[in-house]
Amino acid sequence: MKINVKHVAKLSNLPLSENEEKKFEKQLSEIISYVDKLKKANTINTEITSQVTGLENVIRQDKNASSFSQKEATSNSKSNYNGMFKIKKILR
Amino acid sequence: MNINQLTIKQARDGLRKRKFSSFEIVQSCLAEIKKRKKLNAFITVCEKEALEKARKADKEIKDGTDLPLFGIPISVKDIYLTKNIRTTAASKVLDDYIPQYSATVIEKLEENGAIIIGKTNCDAWAHGSSGENSDYGPTRNPWGEEYVPGGSSSGSAVSVSSSMCLASTGTDTGGSIRLPASFCNVVGLKPTYGRVSRYGIVAMASSLDSIGHFTKDVEDSALILSITAGKDLNDATMPNKRVDDYEGYLEKGVKGVRIGIPKEYFLEGLDKRVKEKVEQKVKKLEELGAKIEIISLPHTEYATACYYIIQPAEVSSNLARYDGVRYGNNRTYFGDEAKRRTMLGVYVLSSGYYEAYYKKAMQVRTLIKRDFDGAFKKVDVIITPVSPTLPWKIGEKADPLSMYLSDIYTVTANLAGIPGLSVPIGFIDSLPVGMQILGPQFSEGKLFQTGKQIENL
Repeated sequence: MKINVKHVAKLSNLPLSENEEKKFEKQLSEIISYVDKLKKANTINTEITSQVTGLENVIRQDKNASSFSQKEATSNSKSNYNGMFKIKKILR
Repeated sequence: MNINQLTIKQARDGLRKRKFSSFEIVQSCLAEIKKRKKLNAFITVCEKEALEKARKADKEIKDGTDLPLFGIPISVKDIYLTKNIRTTAASKVLDDYIPQYSATVIEKLEENGAIIIGKTNCDAWAHGSSGENSDYGPTRNPWGEEYVPGGSSSGSAVSVSSSMCLASTGTDTGGSIRLPASFCNVVGLKPTYGRVSRYGIVAMASSLDSIGHFTKDVEDSALILSITAGKDLNDATMPNKRVDDYEGYLEKGVKGVRIGIPKEYFLEGLDKRVKEKVEQKVKKLEELGAKIEIISLPHTEYATACYYIIQPAEVSSNLARYDGVRYGNNRTYFGDEAKRRTMLGVYVLSSGYYEAYYKKAMQVRTLIKRDFDGAFKKVDVIITPVSPTLPWKIGEKADPLSMYLSDIYTVTANLAGIPGLSVPIGFIDSLPVGMQILGPQFSEGKLFQTGKQIENL
């Protein structure tokens, strides 16, 4: 099974060099061939398990709590302006 | 014996009796960190802060303050957020990240008097089985410096093993506590999923991540869990289960305990010497009155494949948040393993492949969980090796797939959400070997009970 690394890298939002593309194509294809063994498992009428706690619809309490100041919230950002995150333009 | 080599229990007694001070313990731990710098166990050492806190603790001990971890230096895997202390997850993406808050577990440990001595090295984002995937260089095994210490919580295991602290925190998504504990001759606990809060810990695979710890013996492991376990409203995946009196299980012995030995964990691929060591211990437990039963967990052969679909799928989602806008660097800073897992995850979740891979893996997860549910109707605990092999040499496992296969005996517990305890059982060719005890969800007490007996053999 060959994996289309260019496409997957684009979906992953990961910039790859040409060398990386080659390397990852080989490695990922090997891993996919290995996990293909699951096809042998009989899962007819088997429910899925996405979590193991059995909990459903957990909601937080409707209570006020203190939060970070703007200064704290933006303290790790490399690009901010007037207490806000500064990002690239997304609308024209 | 130096005071940094003491267990928590021994250090507490000594502190109460004023045989030595917290300042002296912290000092001797710091000296050990410096002496064995080559092991590369730490990314950040909090020397000044730890000494200050120890001095303060000594004063308060004199005034009569007594807390379970008062004045005890611990190390913390660098994937737990620690307020005002740099937290990197061993990735250059977070090279300069200073958290504005601490993980719930850190708050609990500090409230109980623990002193953070530093942040330990690990595989970046907890992706790895050897400790070699760190962007800050590989960690080395204190029992043989050319060997891997096991991962991903490599530095945590090493720091406890070589007495750079008295205990350490780790995370276990597929074996990341149990494997390094086994390779470094310390006790490692992966609690039940949802027993300990995940809040404030860099997420790897959210349905599998378990928050545990490393200690020098089983008793200390029980002590730490009695502090870290329990409901946290900031983690929505925690059942409202009472926290057991874990220390109350320690002296119960194994008489009448039904121990299952899953035949699928002792097949081809397991180092014969490891197999013999485990079997010797099991035999001794039988002599002490445990009832040994050979059982079958028939879907074991699918576990690694199942895990390496579900885990990367969740990784790809969790790592999507790192855009370099609010904190950290941009996505060009990711290392190879994070890139591989992200792409693998995106692939198995993508249109056309979701059903064949991700959905199928979630169905197989059900089968694996059912295997355990069935087994625990017949036995109280299950005993297996932790790793099919001894620690390997740094650089030996060059291709990612062979590295993934080293998790073969540990990933099942994460898929089923059950607890696992890794306990040292001796040495082969001067390298440590561990044994794994598994139990039903929320049966940590039983694991400590069995583990303590193994320690006493």
